[in-house]
Amino acid sequence: MSSSTEVIAEVRPSRERQWSLWAGQIAAIMRLEVRKNFIGKRAILIYLLAAVPILLMAALSAEISWQQSRNSNIGEVNIIFANLYEGLILRTIVFFGCAWIFMNVFRGEVVDRSLHYYFLSPLRREVLVCGKYLSGLVASMVLFGISTAGSLLFLYIGLGSAGRSYFADGPGKSQAIAYLGITALGCVGYGAAFLVIGLFFRNPIIPALVAYGWESINFLLPPVLKKISVIHYLHSLSPVPVPEGPFAMVAEPTPAYLSIPGLLIVTAVVLALASFQIRRMEIKYGGE
Amino acid sequence: MTDKPDDHMIIFEDVSKFYGEILGVNRVTLAIEPGITSLVGPNGSGKTTLMNLMTGLIRPTRGSVSVLGLRADHPEVFFRKVGYCSQFDSFPRALTGFQFIHSYLRVHGYSKKDAQDGAWKALHRVDLLDAAHLKIGAYSKGMRQRVRLAQSIAHEPVVMILDEPLNGLDPMARAETIRLFRQLAGEGLHLIISSHILHEVDMMSDSVILLNNGYVVAEGEIHGVRSEMEEHPMQILIRCDRPGLLAARVFEQDSVVEAKIHRDKHGLFIKTRDADAFYLLLNTIVVEDDLTVESVAPVDDDINAVYQYLIGGGEAA
Repeated sequence: MSSSTEVIAEVRPSRERQWSLWAGQIAAIMRLEVRKNFIGKRAILIYLLAAVPILLMAALSAEISWQQSRNSNIGEVNIIFANLYEGLILRTIVFFGCAWIFMNVFRGEVVDRSLHYYFLSPLRREVLVCGKYLSGLVASMVLFGISTAGSLLFLYIGLGSAGRSYFADGPGKSQAIAYLGITALGCVGYGAAFLVIGLFFRNPIIPALVAYGWESINFLLPPVLKKISVIHYLHSLSPVPVPEGPFAMVAEPTPAYLSIPGLLIVTAVVLALASFQIRRMEIKYGGE
Repeated sequence: MTDKPDDHMIIFEDVSKFYGEILGVNRVTLAIEPGITSLVGPNGSGKTTLMNLMTGLIRPTRGSVSVLGLRADHPEVFFRKVGYCSQFDSFPRALTGFQFIHSYLRVHGYSKKDAQDGAWKALHRVDLLDAAHLKIGAYSKGMRQRVRLAQSIAHEPVVMILDEPLNGLDPMARAETIRLFRQLAGEGLHLIISSHILHEVDMMSDSVILLNNGYVVAEGEIHGVRSEMEEHPMQILIRCDRPGLLAARVFEQDSVVEAKIHRDKHGLFIKTRDADAFYLLLNTIVVEDDLTVESVAPVDDDINAVYQYLIGGGEAA
């Protein structure tokens, strides 16, 4: 056997061990972080946010149930849900929920003065970003996924047997999966954006509000600028088209086969930026 | 492969750190050998800055730092060998002492079983087994100090950096902790300790680094540092039967600058710029004049005196 082959043989197992070490470290970070995301004072706001659409849909369901005698139908409810989903759940609940969860991923630990424990571990900082991002993703996807599913459930319950058969035999199931997928993608995109905002800004509230303003006026923007946002791609994926109003600048919706990979690529780039920033980060709690 | 000398030392090469306009440390060049090295200096002298520079929590504005030939910007290797018990009295929320140590050992990459064993061993070393399953939020200051210490030693590093590790500990725990430090140093570990309790520094340190206003004002073995301070003659108390005779003879030597008989008339304080030469003279006097000497003890050959002379009044911090 040549010497070069021997070297490769020596290196290969160590690379495998490296990947398995990183996977183990990410899992360990997630165990710590998911716990923090679900338990503690900071989690209360997220639970309240996630509960808002469910409560609202439950109230609407009661209204629909009462109106059924006046010919309320599935088509109307679909449009009601699509509008409420985009306006309330996606643009508000998922947006601000992700802002709260992901901006606190690093900023919260700086405030709590506990980030140094990670920085003093034999841990690549890119692995730390990955573990913390994934833990934020688990928390946001679970909570806002439940919020989305609960909202659907409560709203269509109001339709009685028609609602049940819409999910059991009709297109309701695929629509529900599409909405859950959009919620998950919203968490992926907004999560990465807010994680990086939390790293770059000492007070991330202002950049978060600027981002909210940008996402809110997206429908007014020319097609080229529309694409520099998360909501544009998520809006394109909606199973029930939602009109953007009379003042909207009409743009060709981005097909799913482009919007989903596009969003994931942008997310990867943003996380790479976060990794770059975290490598340069120093611990100076006193100055925070 | 042969080891380079740097592979056994902590090296600061012309390191400066500025926080904006504020000086942290300036032009620090050090080579720290294994054993217990204490950092001593008043508040704001740069002790914590030096420790944070060693561990990469902050980066030098100029110069470089290496620990056993490793740099902190490769944490995956560096922190397998280095443990840092910082002064930050804060913890991840809602964890028990055991969970805290266990969780970060998992972050190191330990298996569940190894992390459990490591956590129990570390808690045992700091005598915190009884409180292992209590939430850290319910710990006293001394217990929090001990659990931080346990977390920093749990992965069995070869270099331990400890920022005021005795703070908040009761006297028994202090004695136990110092014993632990001496034991670890005996095993060949590097221990870098900052402390403001000077007599404890004197007791446990192999060498000291004195800092003031971001500058290293002295470094080395305590007695070596003291003997090099020629502008402050060494004070020695000789208990003997005829201090008057001794006082008359010590001035045969030019390096003796002062002699004062003790109030009880059974001892003589002398100040000399050359202690070794004085001890030789004392031997001669004892033989020639049949002097009975009960004891000979340096009065200011300790870290407290060194601190007072080099840094001035006030307590170290």
